[in-house]
Amino acid sequence: MEKGKGLARRWAVELYDASSSSSHSSVSDPPGFTRSGPDADDATGARQRKDSETAWKAQKAWEVAQAPFKNLMMMGFMMWMAGSTVHLFSIGITFSALWQPISALRSVGKVFEPFKDPRVDTLAPKLVFIALNLAAMGLGVFKLNTLGLLPTNASDWVSSLAPAQEVEYAGGGIPLH
Amino acid sequence: MAPPPRHLLLVLLGFLAAASLATLAAAMYEDQVGLADWHQKYIGKVKQAVYHSQKSGRRRVVVLTEENVIASLDLRSGDIFWRHVIEKNDPVDQLSLSLGKYAVTLSSGGSILRAWNLPDGQMVWETNLEVSKLSKPLLHILSNNKVAKDNLVLVAAGRWIYAVSSIDGVIAWEKEFSLDGIEIKQVLQSPENDILYVVGIAGSSKLNLYQLNAKTGEVVKHIQESFPGALCGEALLVSRNVLVALDETRSGLFLIEIKGESISYNKVHLSDLVQDLSGTVKLLPLMSNGVIALQASSTLSLLKLKGIDGLEVIQTFEQPATLSDALTITEKDEAFAIVHHMGSEIEFIVKFTSDVSNEVIRENINIDQHRGNIEKVFLNNYIRTDKSHGFRALVVMEDHSLLLVQQGEVVWSREDGLASILDVITSELPVEKDGVSVANVEHNLFEWLKGHVLKLKGTLMLASADELVAIQALRLKSSEKNKMTRDHNGFRKLLIVLTKAGKVIALHTGDGRIIWSNLLPSLRASKSGEIPSALGIYQWQVPHHRVMRENPSILVVGRSGTDSSSPGVLSVLDSYSGEELNSLRFDHSVVQIIPLTLKDSSEQRLHLIVDSHSRAHLYPRSPDAINLFLHEMPNTYFYTVDIEKNVIRGHSLQRSCYLSFDDEYCFSTKELWSIIFPSDAERIAISETQKMNEVVHTQAKIIADQDVMYKYLSKNLVFVATLSPKATGEIGSAAPEEAWLVAYLIDAVTGRILHRVTHHGAQGPVHAVVSENWVVYHYFNLRAHRFEMAVIEIYDQSRADNKDVLKLILGKHNLSAPITSYTRPEVMVKSQSYFFTHSVKTMAVTQTAKGITSKQLLIGTIGDQVLALDKRFVDPRRSVNPTQQEKEEGLLPLTDSLPIIPMFYVTHSLQVEALRGIVSIPSRLESTTHVFTYGVDLFYTRLAPSRTYDSLTDEFSYALLLITIAALVAAIIFTWIWSEKKELSDKWR
Repeated sequence: MEKGKGLARRWAVELYDASSSSSHSSVSDPPGFTRSGPDADDATGARQRKDSETAWKAQKAWEVAQAPFKNLMMMGFMMWMAGSTVHLFSIGITFSALWQPISALRSVGKVFEPFKDPRVDTLAPKLVFIALNLAAMGLGVFKLNTLGLLPTNASDWVSSLAPAQEVEYAGGGIPLH
Repeated sequence: MAPPPRHLLLVLLGFLAAASLATLAAAMYEDQVGLADWHQKYIGKVKQAVYHSQKSGRRRVVVLTEENVIASLDLRSGDIFWRHVIEKNDPVDQLSLSLGKYAVTLSSGGSILRAWNLPDGQMVWETNLEVSKLSKPLLHILSNNKVAKDNLVLVAAGRWIYAVSSIDGVIAWEKEFSLDGIEIKQVLQSPENDILYVVGIAGSSKLNLYQLNAKTGEVVKHIQESFPGALCGEALLVSRNVLVALDETRSGLFLIEIKGESISYNKVHLSDLVQDLSGTVKLLPLMSNGVIALQASSTLSLLKLKGIDGLEVIQTFEQPATLSDALTITEKDEAFAIVHHMGSEIEFIVKFTSDVSNEVIRENINIDQHRGNIEKVFLNNYIRTDKSHGFRALVVMEDHSLLLVQQGEVVWSREDGLASILDVITSELPVEKDGVSVANVEHNLFEWLKGHVLKLKGTLMLASADELVAIQALRLKSSEKNKMTRDHNGFRKLLIVLTKAGKVIALHTGDGRIIWSNLLPSLRASKSGEIPSALGIYQWQVPHHRVMRENPSILVVGRSGTDSSSPGVLSVLDSYSGEELNSLRFDHSVVQIIPLTLKDSSEQRLHLIVDSHSRAHLYPRSPDAINLFLHEMPNTYFYTVDIEKNVIRGHSLQRSCYLSFDDEYCFSTKELWSIIFPSDAERIAISETQKMNEVVHTQAKIIADQDVMYKYLSKNLVFVATLSPKATGEIGSAAPEEAWLVAYLIDAVTGRILHRVTHHGAQGPVHAVVSENWVVYHYFNLRAHRFEMAVIEIYDQSRADNKDVLKLILGKHNLSAPITSYTRPEVMVKSQSYFFTHSVKTMAVTQTAKGITSKQLLIGTIGDQVLALDKRFVDPRRSVNPTQQEKEEGLLPLTDSLPIIPMFYVTHSLQVEALRGIVSIPSRLESTTHVFTYGVDLFYTRLAPSRTYDSLTDEFSYALLLITIAALVAAIIFTWIWSEKKELSDKWR
């Protein structure tokens, strides 16, 4: 959404330039139209606009950074609903809870690209974003553990441990009669 | 180390297994009967046969066998009409027919007389008679005469003689001869008057002849005569007044004539008549018209009596030859049959006693070489359409099979050696050759498709009643299960069984048909009279990678005599064809056979055979084997459980063997330890170990709360149960105070007693099964008056500290280190006992390929059925109120008795008569195991103790799957084309 708006703005500027340059030479300005007025207005307006855009970008960046928090709450609720027994639903939820933060973390750069601006500090929102996603992942791992799917117990490491070899061998029994 | 990535998979697998266990019983549906299982009925080696009289119009024969079975067979096909398996402790000795309505049997040394209704085999009456048990009882049915309206059944045993009414079993009269040490040898009825002739021998030389009134049993006449030489006890009444008897040395024959009150006799030396008299000479029970038969080890002679002056030899047959009993044809005439071998054929000769030199019938019959010699023949006649006499005979062969011969042909045969199986192993079938296509196997593709369409109809419930029948028939005769090649799941195998007769028979697991059979020459009775006995059958060579192209082979070990000190014999057989590859006669006896875990370079398994002098001999005798064995010898031990001496001894092996000649394959043994039980307090009842082929998947047992217990897993663990001397008898013979059972768990290498527990008030018989780290045993509780099952589980306490996850991850633990019995084990034992309703005949446990699948106890019940009881029922960790975690683990709440749910019976409605053994053999599919049960009958089935979690069932509809896939593919193609078209039209707009 944010991306689309940015593009529209840039494109509008280009159209304005092109139309002004093309109409400038061949067609005279209509009566009552003064070129300088808007130009002077534009200089101050542009600064103002840029300021508001920066503020808007910073605000949006913070919004994006905080978005996983809502997700986190929702995930937590879903996990609680899923219960602690292993079945299709709980496994699905747990894996999506693990996968979402991972995919979000992988695309951290992309998410904050629209807000890239020398005057906008995106580091703090990025850190918050990463931290929240890590928390979500932690929640997922925690859920995995409550489901008993994490090899944290000794039993997980020895459950398929083959019997130790025996050195001696003894045969025999009741003699045949 | 266990690979951690498999963890999740295992959890899922475990979850699936748990889900499938939600319903306890892995029973089957009615229409699944006969899909994987088969049942075969046998009777055993026939020892007596009586034919229905011609008047009854039924072509049937009643037989009595050495497996204690009375059966009525159809003479046309050999099928069983009815059958009774009598308990082993009530041996049936004699069989006869009475009134053409009843079969009369005499059992338990002449003390129980029973009559069975001929058409349906129901028991009509039973009479108990009081006799001295040591004698050989005689049964004689008086032929229809004027004595009474019904026929009297005469029972003679020792010095007692009884006459019993054949209608209701009431004793008409009884007579005890007061003479000391008299034993009745023969009872004969005079055809014209109501006089019974009773021949008895008292001491060894006093011959007594009694004449009794058949109506009342009164002694009419008594003649006694002492003979100069002692008699051996074999005497025959040839006619009313002529008697022949063998003397003590069995070289002379007394011809005795009774004339009124006096006895005159004449002694004939047999060597004058018959040239070769080696071995034991026997008088064969025949005959009349002065014809007798003499059997020596090399000849069978027919002799004709000329008064009492002498004997004349009519004909002599080379052994092996067999003579039938005399068959009454007319009042004066009797027929008898002689069967002897002529090369590969047998010759069947019928003669009349009135004219012995002529032959009525002489037929040559071709008989399968793998049946051995003829042992018995039972003659029967029938009236041909032209009113002449025709003869047929039942022939019992050396391999215990039963054949009917008529008009020079074998009409039918029964493989009754399978009723006395000694030992069972399995063998893989050959690998399928290339180039055998599906169409070839399934006859044609159309049939295959039709079958699947039918099945689909059945699944979708569209099939009509006729089609349902067709579907069931298709399932039952599925050619897939009977193929002669190895299958992917390991369901098709050969069951190779060794019978008492020394015959090795291979059965197909698909339908139980005989693939090959071989009567081993080394286990056949020799001319010198020694009777070899088969001991066991073992895997000899199971080819793997390197020698894959060779056929697997099996080892059969036997003894050349019945005595335990007689030299042993060994045969190696090809498991695909049954051909004998190698045969060997040992110069030592066989007391124990110990298969080792070692295999030589040609994949032959090493076996140690221990002789009666406690010397061990290594087989195969190859340099490769000895090198391999010498390397392992310091770690090889053997133990003997001597029940007679009440002692268990452990031995080690030593290089040298003190024989007169140098034999590097012979090893002497040294006694290392012994456990001597006090005879006045404990007698060894049973000793059990794990099956050698058992595979254990893991050494850890995960209990609730993710805790770990380490099993004490040792192949050298021996379970021994002892009983107090009074507790070994029958139930009820001892008071609870003087009966107890002591259970021991012993390490067979060191003789260390790992655990010992005493059950007070417990009595035998004890049955036990050992598997993994547990023992389940069955006994009788005298205090509770019920049978009990107890379980002992043994855990290794010295490994219990291995609970640090980090160390386990890094592999810093001692769990995989080889263990030796010489380190002092710290064991922890858990045990519990439960009441059990049934008395038990035998017990076994299911074996699977990897040991992952949960186990079931296979219990052969007294009703000759097999009960599969989940091991979960006999878990010593059961408690009355299990915690939530324990419930999740699947632990059942403790009950005082084990449940028996009808669905637990793997034999469903069938009975395996005289059940003796249950064998479980793993298939290649982990979830499934073969179960083969044998007794007089055979029963085979496949079991999946935790359901078939690793494969689709037979009921799975492949057609439905295919149709679904095809429909989906069609839908995908259609939607793709559609969307393409739509896109194109969109672009044109």
